[in-house]
Amino acid sequence: MKKQIVSLFVIAGLASAALAGPLTFDFKDPKGVNNAQFKLDAPLEAISGSAGGISGTVMFDPANPGATKGKIVVAAESLTVPNTMMKDHMHGNQWLDVATHKEIIFEAKELKNVKTADTVTTADAVGTFTLKGVTKDVTVPVKLTYLKDKLGQRMPNAKGDLLVIRANFTIKRSDYGVNPKAPTDKVADEIDLTLSIAGAAPQK
Amino acid sequence: MKKTLQVLAVVLALAIVASWAALGANRGWTKTSREVRQLDEVTGIEGITNVSAFMPGVDFLGAGLLAAAGLAGVSFFFRKPKPTTI
Repeated sequence: MKKQIVSLFVIAGLASAALAGPLTFDFKDPKGVNNAQFKLDAPLEAISGSAGGISGTVMFDPANPGATKGKIVVAAESLTVPNTMMKDHMHGNQWLDVATHKEIIFEAKELKNVKTADTVTTADAVGTFTLKGVTKDVTVPVKLTYLKDKLGQRMPNAKGDLLVIRANFTIKRSDYGVNPKAPTDKVADEIDLTLSIAGAAPQK
Repeated sequence: MKKTLQVLAVVLALAIVASWAALGANRGWTKTSREVRQLDEVTGIEGITNVSAFMPGVDFLGAGLLAAAGLAGVSFFFRKPKPTTI
């Protein structure tokens, strides 16, 4: 009888684990902490700025981090630099044309070279990057940190998990038609991008 | 008049250099906002907020010094008053 009860609990545990599946993390951060930073380091001028208008969802399974998929969207209009005139130029049709191309999108389709230690997973996210209406295949090194039951520490009265994603990669503005004729000694062709974002999966 | 313009030019040049130096001696372009970073202790992410701030750059310095030089230049169009003879 005792053995049967133990077996029942084991089966129930396995079944619930199998049913748990991937969690959906929403990256629209009500605290406004999520950000993407960009840096262009040309010989004559270094330009750096950030963007805060981040949204998107990521499907993450704590039992199988390698199966992570998702899409992160940055509102192009949220890109800012410390000089107002430079910001207006950057948003203009010669550069990012934010009035027409409102979103900058990174979509992760699969993870490769997945390494998980405790709650931290590092991998190469294979997917696409869309900027100014041009979509290209990219492979981006990412670090995922799963924070179980930590949502309540950020949002009072909320229960659930957090997923922190960090990524750092480089793109070429000429690949995406961002004023490709602009002299590279003033505005670098390479754009260094850093993403630091946290998503929430509230318990239902 | 000549003397007044020259004094004004020197005062303007000094004021421009002093305010540029006092507001951070920024060697880039003039900035109208600056980033304030705050660490989110739960996630470890540094949140970025942009707040209004005026940090004059080399464009401000150049334009100010050019204006001072212009004033000094204009002063040379005025002749010294001739001493009256008895």
